[in-house]
Order: sequence, then C-alpha cells, then structure tokens
Amino acid sequence: MELVLAIAIGVLTGSGVWLLLRPRTYQVIMGLSLMAYAVNLFIFSMGRQGLAIDKEPVLKPGIAQDLVNYADPMPQALVLTAIVIGFASTALFLVVLLASRGTAGNDHVDGVHSRDVQEMP
Amino acid sequence: MTDIASLLMPHLMLAPIALPMLTAALMLLMREEQQRLKLGFNILSTLIGLVIAIALLGWTDQAGAPVTMGVYMPGNWPAPFGISLALDRLSALMLVVTSVVALSSIVFAAARWHRAGVHFHPLFQFQLMGLAGAFLTADLFNLFVFFEITLAASYGLLLHGSGRARIQSGLHYIAINLAASSLLLIGVSMLYGITGTLNMADLASAIPHVDAADRGLLHAAASILAMAFLIKAAMWPLNFWLVPAYSAATAPVGALFALMTKLGVYTVLRLWTLMFSSQAGDSALFGSAWLMCGGMLTMAFGAIGMLGSQRLTNLAGYAAILSSGTLLAAAGFGQNLLTAGILYYLPSSTFAVAALFLLADLIDRWRNAGARTAPYEDDEAPFLNAELVPTTGLNLDEDEEVLIGRVIPAAAAFLGLAFMVCTLVISGLPPLSGFVGKIAMLNALLNPLGVGTSAGYQPGIWGWTLLTLLIGTGLIGSIALIRVGMRHFWASHDRNTPQLRVAEGLPIAVLLLCCIAMTVQAGPVMRYMQNAADALHSPGTYIHGVLTQAPVPNPAPILSKEQP
Repeated sequence: MELVLAIAIGVLTGSGVWLLLRPRTYQVIMGLSLMAYAVNLFIFSMGRQGLAIDKEPVLKPGIAQDLVNYADPMPQALVLTAIVIGFASTALFLVVLLASRGTAGNDHVDGVHSRDVQEMP
Repeated sequence: MTDIASLLMPHLMLAPIALPMLTAALMLLMREEQQRLKLGFNILSTLIGLVIAIALLGWTDQAGAPVTMGVYMPGNWPAPFGISLALDRLSALMLVVTSVVALSSIVFAAARWHRAGVHFHPLFQFQLMGLAGAFLTADLFNLFVFFEITLAASYGLLLHGSGRARIQSGLHYIAINLAASSLLLIGVSMLYGITGTLNMADLASAIPHVDAADRGLLHAAASILAMAFLIKAAMWPLNFWLVPAYSAATAPVGALFALMTKLGVYTVLRLWTLMFSSQAGDSALFGSAWLMCGGMLTMAFGAIGMLGSQRLTNLAGYAAILSSGTLLAAAGFGQNLLTAGILYYLPSSTFAVAALFLLADLIDRWRNAGARTAPYEDDEAPFLNAELVPTTGLNLDEDEEVLIGRVIPAAAAFLGLAFMVCTLVISGLPPLSGFVGKIAMLNALLNPLGVGTSAGYQPGIWGWTLLTLLIGTGLIGSIALIRVGMRHFWASHDRNTPQLRVAEGLPIAVLLLCCIAMTVQAGPVMRYMQNAADALHSPGTYIHGVLTQAPVPNPAPILSKEQP
C-alpha cells in the first residue's frame, strides 16, 4: 500500500508541477489542483503510525486508547482544513483567471500576445 | 495603561484577533452604499487595535521581570493538545508595527482609494486579523490557517481597483502563494509525522530527542516549511513575484503589503530560534548558512533592483526586498546582539517602505497632473472614475471633500521632506533610525560579546561579507533614491503645485514621525529589542511558559440556598 500511495503522490505532484510551469492559465489551475490532491494524500500518509487500514476512528469501550488501536485523528483534521482552504483559493483563482482572459483577450499567464496562444475571436 | 492591561490579561491577548474579525463581520452585513459608515468603523477599529497593541507591548515590558509571557488557551485545553496563543515582546512589537502601518494605510485610503472597488473594508480587517493571529499563535497548524486568512484577504486587496496590471500580477501572486501553501502543508504534516506534535513549544522540546535515523527527514521537513515562509519573506530567488504585485497594488494596499514580507521574516525568526536553537542537540543552528547566504543574495538583488528602477512603486518594492534580505541575513547568524539590531531595524524599515508606497502615489499623481499614471502606462483603475479623482483647483464641491480636502500650501515642500526622510531611513544614513539599526548590526558583527569584551574576535568571512553588504547596499540605495528625488523634485519647475489633502499627508507624516521617535528614544527602544532578542535566543522560557500554562478550572457547581 505504501508503494501505491507513494507512486500516486509522485505522479500527481510531477504532473502538477509540470502543468504549473505551462504558459496557459487553465493548465496552471489544473496543476495547482493536482498538487493540492497530492498534498492531501501526503498528509494522510503522515500519521504517527504510518499507513494503516481497519482502524477505529471513534473510541470504543474495552479497547486501549492509543494510536496502535485507533486511527490518528490529526492528519484527518489537517487534511479537512487543507481541502476547504485549497478549494476556496482555487475557486478564487478561477475568477481571476477569467478576469485575466477578459482583460488581456487571451489565456497566457502573462497576458501577452504570442503565436502559440489562443486568441479571443 | 499597563495597569489596565494587566487587569484585562490574559483575555486582552485575544482582542487583536477578535476585534478585526468582529468588525469585518459587521461590515459584511452593510450595503455597499454605506461606504462612509464602513470607513468610520474601519478607522475606529484599527485605532482601538493600535491602543490594545500598545497596551500589550507595555504589558510585556514590565519592569523587574526579564521575560513576561502571556499564554492564552482559547479552548481551555492544556498546551500540546489544545490551541494556544503566546504573547512575548517580539509578538507585541509586531502587533504594534502592524497597527501603525494599518492605521496610516486606512487613513490614506480614506482620501479616495477605498472607493475604487467593493468590499475594501472587510478585506482590510480580515487581513489585520490574519496578521495578528499569525503573530500570536503558538501552534503550527493555526499558523497555516492564519497565513491563509492573511493571503485570502490579500488576494482581494491586491485586486482592489481592478484594471489589467492588477489582474495580471494578481494571477501570478495567487498562483505562487497557492504553491507556497502546498509546501507549507507538506512541511507541517512531515513535522507532525516525525515528532507527533504541532505545538511550537512542544516541537522545540521534542527536536533534541529525535532519532538519528529521522534527523535527515526532520531537516527536510523544516527546509520545506522554511521554503514556504521564505517565499513570503521574498528571499532571492523566490521573490520575482513581489515587485510586479506590490507596484501594481493601490497605494494603501502596497503600504499594508510592506508588512507581509515582515510576516515571513517573523515566522522564520520565531520558528528557527525555537526549533534550531543552540540547545537543539544535533540540529543546533541547522540552516544558518542558508539563511545568511540567501539573505545576502537578497540584499544584493534588492539593491541592484533599486538602482535599476524607473517607477517609484518598483523602487519601493525593491526597498522592501532589501529590507527583508538584511533581516534574513543578519538573523542567520543567531547572535542575540545582532538579532536586537535587526529587531530595531525591522519597524523603522517597515514604516519607511510603507511611507514610500504612499508617497509614490502622491508623487506620481503630481507628476502626471492628476492622473495616477502617465498616459503611456496601461494601469488605470476602471472603477476609480472621474468624479473620484481629485478636482483641480480649489473649488471642492463634494461634501466630504470640504471636510478633509484642504489644500496645503506647502504640499511640495512636505512631499520633498517626506521623501528625504524615507531616503535617510531606507539607506541607513545618519541621523535617523535606519542608521541606528545598521550601526547596532555592524557593532554586533564586530563585537559579538559587547563592546570591550570581544577583544581579538574576528568576524570571519560571513561577517565581513555582511558588513560590506550592509554598507554597500546602503550606498546603492541612497544613490537610487537620491537620483529619483532629483528627478521628481528638482526638475519640477513646469508643474503645478501638488494637490495634497490632510488625509493623505497625515499618514505619511505619522509613519515618518514614528521613525524619528524611534531615533530620539533609541535607548529605551534598543533595551526592549535586546530583551526581545535575548528571549528569542533562550527559548526555554517560551517552551516552559506555553507547556506549563494550566487550564482555567471549571466553575464549581452552584449549590442551592436551601441547603443547610
């Protein structure tokens, strides 16, 4: 499972960074979203006991109350906040992206006219 | 005032966060037409915030106690588990600096900029809330949350006024900050995975006991975390976003953004001295060379950028980079005398850069006869329409402009003098506070144990490099600023007298008077900074203070009166 998760995080981060460096705003926002997914998965893997399955998230009577028997609640709290904040910022970025396309007339990140950039009709 | 503060402590600590939050929430309920009411609330709230910050500063600097720590637990859970806020001298200092700059900025905005778009006032207050929270929190995850609040508000503020330049640079600014937030989250979660805590104090006490096998991972985590903060602090080569963004922002927002780089510097200083202090075992002073090296490169970059700038706002942006480079480079040495020097330099350079952003707006408007930008520049704010641009001549017809719109006869003289004071402080020329700060740093470099007790000490290659850079960047900065001053003030014979309102002149005067006051009162201020620096470099007090704060006991159940 560690291998699968590591590969998933790696692929997502790699594609995210590559897209982030592309010249079009839509590619940039996709890159940022992929990076956010990668970071969220990464946070999950950073529990104190490493990755684990089949652990109780809620305390039960009769089971010793430690991280060996229960899921680590901290990464879950972290990832929840990170998802909310990341979603909101991405939505804001989308608005700025549209505004930029409106003012510049193309979807280049610098708003410059160049041949490989799609021009607005 | 200190008596009142100690009466209200520890609850007063919450006020710098709660007050802007409540004000912003209240203003969100108001309609956009009630701009003047919102403005009144905003100024009032910022003013109260300043008074509270000064009271907190007085409280932390009580006579007799070498270190005064205020710890507040909003959830009433003991430290490693619950959220805690911590107030020491450095936090209180940053709160005061924030409030002074914010108050100047909002009064300046009152003249006209606050009408250039919607929701300026709530965003402004949310920005203050985020800044205050980041300065007060003693918890890495809350640091992330407050950073995001600050950033979210700053995205809105940067776009305030709209227009093509702002949207373009806003796009870059948001993209780089979203990427930085990802780095911040990676660093925070790795630190949790290694040490099992997010409380800064608990983290600091856990670091000496980390396994040797995990230490490399710990350093990687700290470096990734630092990368996120250094992007905010504008360390070279992570600072190419700064100048376009800051110079595109409207003037009051630019002044407020002068604080944002200082937020990055504050976080680096706080976390680095806590986590990698000299008591941190095998990790002691980890990353010191990186901070020094990066800081010095940033200084050089900032100085060269200043020399190459044509626009005044670009010049102010590079001045902000120079100032934060100086702070980072000197912080990397990890000596308490040097840290005291940078703590003295920090507020004065922040005030001067903020004042330069405000001045740039006035000078540009003067130079271009009323319009903010020259005709060849594509940077007009579409919502700042003709009736909001100040009218030429003395007949000011709008009601509110009669109140605050008096033309000062000596406006040109005021602009020139203010620019001169900015030049003196930013380039560190005598006799103002920039000079005192730089002398304190140079002195600490040559005599790290104090004058007279460091005989035979050699500063080493890093020390000499920083010394050269401190003097060299001062020279380059003064050349750049003097050249701009000559072009704007001495070659201005064919222009009208500038139109200057009290609401625009006052904030600049206040910011610069703060610099002058810091020079006049250099002794007490320096003593405060020295205490703050000593506390930073002996983190035991902070760790002990946060970890041993006991929760408030629950109220005893009320017994009924009938019981015998």
